Amino acid sequence: MQTRELVAALAAGIPAQRVLFHEQDIAPYECDGLTMYKTRPQVVVLPETREEVCHVLRTCKNLVIPVVARGAGTGLSGGALPHAEGVLLVMTKFNRILDIDADARMARVEPGVRNLAISEAVSHLDLYYAPDPSSQIACSIGGNIAENSGGVHCLKYGLTVHNVLSITVALDDGSIVTVGSDALDSAGYDLLALTIGSEGLLAVVLEVTVRLLPKPEEMRVVMAAFDDVTKAGDSVGGIIAAGIIPAGLEMMDGAAVAAVEDFVKAGYPLDAEALLLCEVDGTREEVAEELSRVESILKDSGATMLRVATSEEERLLFWKGRKSAFPAVGRISPDYYCMDGTIPRKHLSLVLRRMREMSERYGLRCANVFHAGDGNLHPLILFDANDPDEVKRAEDFGAEILELSVEVGGTITGEHGVGIEKINEMCVQFSSDELTQFHTIKAAFDPTGILNPGKAVPTLQRCAEFGKMHIHHGQMPHPELERF
Amino acid sequence: MSQLVENLCRRLAAKEPVAVVGGNTKSFLGGQLIDEPVSMLEHSGIVNYEPTELVLTAQSGTSLRDIESCLNDARQMLPFEPPRFGAETTIGGVMASGLSGPRRVHLGSARDCVLGVRLINGLGQHLKFGGEVMKNVAGYDLARLSVGAYGTLGILTEVSVKVLPIPDKEQTQVVECSQAQAMETLIRFGRRPYPISAAAWVAGALSIRLSGAGSGVDSAARSIGGETLVDTDRFWNSLRDLNHVQFDQENKWLWRVSVAPTTPSDEIDSFCFDWGGGLRWVKTDPEDFSLFKLAASLGGHATCFARERKLGIGMQPLEPGILRLNQRVKEAMDPFGLINRGRLLQGCH
Repeated sequence: MQTRELVAALAAGIPAQRVLFHEQDIAPYECDGLTMYKTRPQVVVLPETREEVCHVLRTCKNLVIPVVARGAGTGLSGGALPHAEGVLLVMTKFNRILDIDADARMARVEPGVRNLAISEAVSHLDLYYAPDPSSQIACSIGGNIAENSGGVHCLKYGLTVHNVLSITVALDDGSIVTVGSDALDSAGYDLLALTIGSEGLLAVVLEVTVRLLPKPEEMRVVMAAFDDVTKAGDSVGGIIAAGIIPAGLEMMDGAAVAAVEDFVKAGYPLDAEALLLCEVDGTREEVAEELSRVESILKDSGATMLRVATSEEERLLFWKGRKSAFPAVGRISPDYYCMDGTIPRKHLSLVLRRMREMSERYGLRCANVFHAGDGNLHPLILFDANDPDEVKRAEDFGAEILELSVEVGGTITGEHGVGIEKINEMCVQFSSDELTQFHTIKAAFDPTGILNPGKAVPTLQRCAEFGKMHIHHGQMPHPELERF
Repeated sequence: MSQLVENLCRRLAAKEPVAVVGGNTKSFLGGQLIDEPVSMLEHSGIVNYEPTELVLTAQSGTSLRDIESCLNDARQMLPFEPPRFGAETTIGGVMASGLSGPRRVHLGSARDCVLGVRLINGLGQHLKFGGEVMKNVAGYDLARLSVGAYGTLGILTEVSVKVLPIPDKEQTQVVECSQAQAMETLIRFGRRPYPISAAAWVAGALSIRLSGAGSGVDSAARSIGGETLVDTDRFWNSLRDLNHVQFDQENKWLWRVSVAPTTPSDEIDSFCFDWGGGLRWVKTDPEDFSLFKLAASLGGHATCFARERKLGIGMQPLEPGILRLNQRVKEAMDPFGLINRGRLLQGCH
């Protein structure tokens, strides 16, 4: 379809200044946080009202034009990568906090509201919103719904799906429904659980009601260094076996520690093979009791250094190191590629060893940060995007890590989503019957297939092609198969 | 694959209607099965359990009693305290009904704790969704979708569930007060970081259970005040399993009403609330379905728990937009409407 006709149809329901189609206007939207993939959409639309969103959906359904919804564009799997023939529905103008109910401990917000803005808005009430993805300063709650985002505290406080009470969504035909409720459960099938993490393939989020938690009275973090990754991994098992569920339990390998310390000066020991940060929270008494138990477990596990942050400043500094791991790695390499596999924790040393072998084989460095409590690994593959061969090797390296995650009983994505990035690896994790079941679920919501087509769930045809790629490694015949 | 699973797959592939039950302890919920049910009890056994991974995987016919005893040996528990309406309760039935007990407010529901399932869809395909890890966003969350579906979206054959350590200490503080006062108290406490793991009002008293590190429980108990209950487990089990004396049905119908926890107590005439106010237990005269309307007007829903009910499906009627999505999801999972006919979604199949 001609862009001109599409613009005209959209402009019938949205002021023309918020329907963008000139090259210079749409260029900023050509990718999300996964910058390796770039596509310019036909049109970018910035709706301000529900009616405008519904108008876009109705128009696109009639014309069979793909619609990709986008929040803050911080996603790491290319879930908000535009479709070349489609409309990019940018939800950033839906940025109001609509209601805060301190008694019920919930907040009703529009999808473009930033994750951290919710906690900031309720901080004076001694409440907060628990899921805290690393991008929380920028990412939007609508995007969190699409990806079922986690964060460093999700072992204890859960993912987005555990902290959202209801969402109001626009369906493909422009109708509006609310799934979930202010009650703790709802009648009928659990459409809320189905919609959260559906990567924009089932519906467009218009409003979110989140659950808020009381702020813990105290938070303390202990840092432990190990001369061996296996010992660090065992100490994590030891903490959990002792019946302690820490608020945060993070690990970094030697490469990540070196990059971070050089950048942040968090006081991390440079000779560590593995560094563990363990945070406990709760009332003062609880924290004191758990902290002393954690310390003795870490000592018994062979920690070579143990430090408890003695002030709030120091606690934040310890965390700043971990939270700066991505940019820190960005300083030592022109580019990095962040993976997101989850594994059963017991296989950690095996997986790290196999990754070291891969690192040598592909000739690329790799630094590891790890949500150790819940087994979610973020290997950062270092490469140079200006070197096409390095790009290829980085992608193959990443794919092999994901396949390894599946092999040891884990998953290709713990919290970043499949998007476009891991679509081939879906063929490794799921059988064709399972993928077909996903497609029928998609069709139940969106029979025309206009919502974010080509993402999250591969066609069986694509898997067949991917299978070929596996046999003739590195010779994928059609890297950009028809996706719509 | 067991013989039973193979048979079920074959029957569904041949478009033969199939009904399944676990221990059949919750047959009074939802609608009557049209077809003669097959029991999943023989499909039992714990497949994988490693305490330090905080995950247990079991075949769906495994008895809840066996699972809880195995967890207890490692000082762990199912976080959501599923109700036990009989010794035969199975883990498959727990997930199919999706019911959760008092601890739900603190540690999440059955749906929150499920990590993965294997199920047989309406085409007779044996499929796996989710897995055994805490964080997994590959594909739609059909594992959580199947919780509370009463088997109508697929026959559960295996479930993986998150487990947690049993708290070091648990103690219950009891304060005599009206239901309205109890709710006010809980709203006040809700902003404080007390380690509250359950809060219920029954028989004219608010009971608050505190769980966690011993010193934390002790200090919170001092702040909260009231009397300390002698047998904490016995009391909470009686609410969990609905055998507290107040739940005697005495020719009345028992209803579970799920509403926003802060819904004022004078809106619903309940004899007990659990989940810090989120669950209201109500008794009505037999064949009085008026709670559906009331619950809907409060933004919640009602479920009939009367064991002798003969009429009606006992589940909250869905509003049209949601009903349509429910029907489409059912058709996506079971296109010929073969599984557990009659159990759910009145007028759907």
